[in-house]
Amino acid sequence: MRAAFTETIVELAERDPRILLLTGDLGYCALEPFAEKFPDRFFNCGVAEQNMVGVATGLAEAGYIPFVYSIATFASLRTYEFIRNGPILHHLPVRIVGVGGGFEYGTAGPTHYGLEDAGVMRLQPGLTVISPADHQQTRTAMLATWHLPGPIYYRLGKDDKTVVPGLDGSFELGRAQFVRYGQDMVIIAMGGIAAEAAAAAADLAARGIECTVVVVAGLNPAPLDDLAKVLSGFSIALTVEAHYTVGGIGSLVSEIVAEQGLGCQVIRCGVWTAADGTSGSQAYMQRLHGISREALVETIFHELETRQAVKE
Amino acid sequence: MSHIGSALKIRRIILEQSKRARVGHIGSALSIADIIASLYGQVLHLPSPNDPERDRFVLSKGHAALALYSALFLKGWISREELDTFCGDGSMLGVHPESVLPGVDFSTGSLGQGLSMGAGAALAAKLSRSSRRVFVLLSDAECNEGSVWEAIMFAAHHRLSNLIAIVDLNGQQAFGYTDQVLKLSPMADRWRAFDWDVHEVNGHDEMEIAETIAGLSTDTGSAGRPHVLIARTTFGKGVSYMENQIKWHYWPMSDQEYQQAMSELGEQA
Repeated sequence: MRAAFTETIVELAERDPRILLLTGDLGYCALEPFAEKFPDRFFNCGVAEQNMVGVATGLAEAGYIPFVYSIATFASLRTYEFIRNGPILHHLPVRIVGVGGGFEYGTAGPTHYGLEDAGVMRLQPGLTVISPADHQQTRTAMLATWHLPGPIYYRLGKDDKTVVPGLDGSFELGRAQFVRYGQDMVIIAMGGIAAEAAAAAADLAARGIECTVVVVAGLNPAPLDDLAKVLSGFSIALTVEAHYTVGGIGSLVSEIVAEQGLGCQVIRCGVWTAADGTSGSQAYMQRLHGISREALVETIFHELETRQAVKE
Repeated sequence: MSHIGSALKIRRIILEQSKRARVGHIGSALSIADIIASLYGQVLHLPSPNDPERDRFVLSKGHAALALYSALFLKGWISREELDTFCGDGSMLGVHPESVLPGVDFSTGSLGQGLSMGAGAALAAKLSRSSRRVFVLLSDAECNEGSVWEAIMFAAHHRLSNLIAIVDLNGQQAFGYTDQVLKLSPMADRWRAFDWDVHEVNGHDEMEIAETIAGLSTDTGSAGRPHVLIARTTFGKGVSYMENQIKWHYWPMSDQEYQQAMSELGEQA
């Protein structure tokens, strides 16, 4: 998604001179195509993320469209109050780009895990929040939103190879994307982990369990109607996110079920526990927290089996 | 707004409105009355609140917004009716300034954020080759915030000579004197060490402030440095019993205190 981001912003910057790119000294071997093409519109603000967001606010007030880039945790958490009192309070088109949501910086450890960025961003009503599922959707989501008048948080991954089968890069703000249909359960995923969810659904299909798989890339505005509609057709929904289970897609789905009285059980798959200093590869951490393909298959299989046993 | 006597008018409005609304932050607002009078009377190029080429002003010490509202009122950009809504229900004139109010370029209130926004506004002017300038008024205690120093580094690195910071050096903060809470002196040397063009001025001398600013080179075409005026001020300036008294950071006035304060300001007229 990083390469897709750079490729897309270069293309947009060719079209619109208002676009600027600011980085907190990150994006080495990723942002160079922009920096080389637009040296006067690229600013390495140093390791000073708060100031970077403040500067972006001042630039946006004068009519520019600044993208600020850092690792998801630094882009969202270190800067949070600057985002709140800057582009959100002033309704200005600053784009915050957080790279490495979830466990993408695996061996870098807990300081680099983006496990609450989507949640803290989603609770700001004036902020559009987009967490694409793959690099193709990163591009379409950026093309569909870069020009919006208010601020945006883009939660991106580093993977520029994996695609979610059936998604084909589709994105529409305020809508959910359906990538698979089945009757037994609905799986709703946010971000790059959607690829694991889709793979789990494919594995389950081989075992005779058919799942509907929904990708939610736009958390705010949330696809309320699409989600309410699909949730009303199932008695069990599984949410999948490389994020704490509070604040992200699991919370969003639970809110819709509760508010609309849908009578659908929600099983939230995500990170439930506080960091204990453990680190490892992204794949290891995803297995550890039950959001890998294999872990999701096991959870779903076990859940359906238990339900069947209760019925019998 | 004529600059003759405007600081006194600003002080009287600060007292009237804080008494009417029964709110504090009086000492902080009185501290900057002369700086605001100088900027709005003699310095800022402000043809209209929405002119894209106007100078920008960021009141980074947002808790002194009443001084800014007073200037906007004297300038005719807010009406007496609007001014009288200060701190009322549904008012756009809260204790801290909001950019929804014509004449307020940036919302502030959380200390340590204004200089970054000002640096961005100055960079924007430089990028678009505009001659507009950006002024940011900070409190001295605000410089406790690390983010202020991030902005100081950024502005110096990018040679933002169209950025003019003013530090209201009144030596006080909410809980005590700044050098007892978290030492900041020597303030001027600290800014110098970060490669700013530093000028120490009397923050209660409107003419000295205006003349110092008039002498600054703000042409971003040259490789100039950003400028800072370290403005020595007296907290609560103009009201004898408030001067240098910590209490008046938050305290509202009683009827008797209000009458005494207005009488003192009347005598100065």
